Amino acid sequence: MKRSLIDIVDLSTQELDELIACAKDIMANPEKYSEICHGKKLAALFFEPSTRTRMSFEAAMYELGGNVISMSSAASSSAAKGESVADTARVISCYADIIAMRHPKEGAALVAANNASVPVINAGDGGHCHPTQTLADLLTIDIQKGRFSGLTVGLCGDLKFGRTVHSLINALSRYEDVRFVLISPEELRLPDYVKTDVLEARGIAYEETADLEGAMPSLDILYMTRVQKERFFNEEDYLRLKDSYILTPAKLAGAKKDLAILHPLPRVNEISVAVDDDPRACYFKQVLCGKFMREALIIKLLKEAGTI
Amino acid sequence: MKIEPIVNGVVIDHITAGQGMRLYELLGLDKLDCSVAVIKNAMGKRGLRKDIIKIDQEIDLDLDVIGYADPGVTVNFIKDGKVAEKRTIEMPEKLVDVIKCRNPRCITGTEQELRHIFILTDRKNKVYRCMYCETQA
Repeated sequence: MKRSLIDIVDLSTQELDELIACAKDIMANPEKYSEICHGKKLAALFFEPSTRTRMSFEAAMYELGGNVISMSSAASSSAAKGESVADTARVISCYADIIAMRHPKEGAALVAANNASVPVINAGDGGHCHPTQTLADLLTIDIQKGRFSGLTVGLCGDLKFGRTVHSLINALSRYEDVRFVLISPEELRLPDYVKTDVLEARGIAYEETADLEGAMPSLDILYMTRVQKERFFNEEDYLRLKDSYILTPAKLAGAKKDLAILHPLPRVNEISVAVDDDPRACYFKQVLCGKFMREALIIKLLKEAGTI
Repeated sequence: MKIEPIVNGVVIDHITAGQGMRLYELLGLDKLDCSVAVIKNAMGKRGLRKDIIKIDQEIDLDLDVIGYADPGVTVNFIKDGKVAEKRTIEMPEKLVDVIKCRNPRCITGTEQELRHIFILTDRKNKVYRCMYCETQA
């Protein structure tokens, strides 16, 4: 049966665990999977600029023995001529076995999934959801920590517009005894509905603070985020808030020795390059994890659709 | 104040006092040619004020609109001078083309053919969210 991934909540905890296990198996035994998608095509529909997510999907499909078709840019697509997302999804379904789509409008991936006859993976719909980033985050944490339960997770930066933060909270809060420290300026705090609908509804412990260094000693995971210019209507607000937190080696002085520092990338100023050589910096491993989780996801969705 | 009983039509009762005209507009009752009475601040049996709308014609009402705007309202369908059916309207699980998403980044703002669908996510606090972008109504 055709199934799509729009939001991380579409996957059960068991499915998350299975995807992680599959991704780890691909990492350990790549040759076992190198022809699993032979003769199949992934359509990379990116209506918004993207480097790593798009290339990650492309690399993932090639490593599974499949092919990728794509448009050169959104400006050259039929969307620029006014075609609806629904029609685009119907048309591309005739060319490809699976679609990975990024679109600036929130909810666009759901519209595509409702109209495509092949599985659709949401590769980011505006500020709404980016579930494959969350899959990358989960595999990175699993590899670094070997568990999710009992972790204290610090989320730092833009917690208001940061779609990766909301999804990660949703995924991690399913596991036992996870605690969150929400580090942000007042204006970029986590929206109330995430606190009430997810954290409080599930009885998850959390605290809010603006003090990164003060929170540092308690953290097992530090998830840094970028303040994204494209999410602001007002440039003044963006300029005022963009450098709220800059992680430097000095700020890590009080951190645990086995802290794992994550970032969905791209970074701008929020992590000093001097941190890159610290063994606790995991954000480039995270990129690699993203590719393997996308491979696991492509396999899962194509299998469920009966395509492979 | 007395309004004649209706023979065939609909009576929307137990409207929260002050909400009658809002419901009248949301239901598009101004477009009807028949007699429509909006009674404001009528005294209910329990001593509480309420609004009532009487429509002197059998019509199809969008009960989801009523349930969204003022849950708990009673709708009486009158036939041959008697109450043929009485329904208490609760908040619907889903709203279709009742309200529009106010998020300027939502796909429904640019793709005109899409239906505006909202899902009830928190009954206690009467929270509806856009099915596409999850913005609160």
